[in-house]
Amino acid sequence: MITLSQPDSIDGTENITPAPSFPQDDGGPVFAEPWQAQAFALAVKLSEQGHFTWKEWTMALADELEKAANRGEPDDGSHYYEHWLAVLERLVADQGLSDPAAMLARKEAWADAYRHTPHGKPVELPTTIERHPAPSTKPQRREIV
Amino acid sequence: MTQDLSQAHQHEHQAVPSDLALRVKALESLLVEKGLVDRAALDALVDAYEHKIGPRNGARVVARAWSDPAYLRRLLNDADAAISEMGFGGMQGEHMVVVENTAGVHNLVVCTLCSCYPWPVLGLPPVWYKSAPYRSRAVIDPRGVLREFGLQLSEEVEVRVWDSTAEVRYLVLPERPSGTEGWSDEALSALVTRDAMIGVAKISLPRVGSAA
Repeated sequence: MITLSQPDSIDGTENITPAPSFPQDDGGPVFAEPWQAQAFALAVKLSEQGHFTWKEWTMALADELEKAANRGEPDDGSHYYEHWLAVLERLVADQGLSDPAAMLARKEAWADAYRHTPHGKPVELPTTIERHPAPSTKPQRREIV
Repeated sequence: MTQDLSQAHQHEHQAVPSDLALRVKALESLLVEKGLVDRAALDALVDAYEHKIGPRNGARVVARAWSDPAYLRRLLNDADAAISEMGFGGMQGEHMVVVENTAGVHNLVVCTLCSCYPWPVLGLPPVWYKSAPYRSRAVIDPRGVLREFGLQLSEEVEVRVWDSTAEVRYLVLPERPSGTEGWSDEALSALVTRDAMIGVAKISLPRVGSAA
């Protein structure tokens, strides 16, 4: 079987016109990393609940992929879920479900929580970050990690 | 999960996940908190796509179409209904069209804009299906793409390329290999591969005769 990832194995006569190769796979895992699965599920669920139609989703995703291509980013499919996540963040903001500032603050809060949680303990997020910007020492809510 | 804390381990705190993972965690926790999504439903969805929804579903549809001429007609006339007869449906499974390979016609499916794909029968698309080179070259040079998948088609065979969209998604019905007369649906479906249902491969019998 000829694979594009090994262009040397392609017969010379077939290889006159150089063309961008695409990766081949052997039916590996559906998601390369857990965050991809989470991002996938969030988009599907938000669409199911009517926050955007799937057509709106695919158009936004196609737009994002095209922009990435125009920026000259190599697109071998391995960055697909990064684009997926960018679209998700954009649509969530567009629909007023959250906003970029809240997302950034929450991301930093999670990073902080990881930095301050000892090994072997579940990582917890202070409860009141979103609603009470001032630091709080109230009881903490557990998050699945 | 237990950690052996007595091990001489340098860092006392947890490794911070990647920026991408943190962004998803941030989104998820914000949306869960607002009651916009349910964490258990998210987990169930991921579990379904990792373990239940995949090309085996499509393989069962193909096998039945091979062995049941009435089902084949229904599948080609109204794929949505025929596929839901088998119990498959849902997201990205609306408005499916099944295209049949014959001795003279070979069908190939792509989504040039993004990654539209018939999830209920094939699961989620492989990485190469989402890659820019496949998305562009499948249309420009389908025979070249097929060659790279190891499929050399004779010049007499017409190649039809189908561009999936959010509205219409295609499933290729591969040709039934000869030598499978009288096989059970189960044995037939075991032959059917994901790549054959995208149209980048044909189905052949395994060399050693282990049919079922």
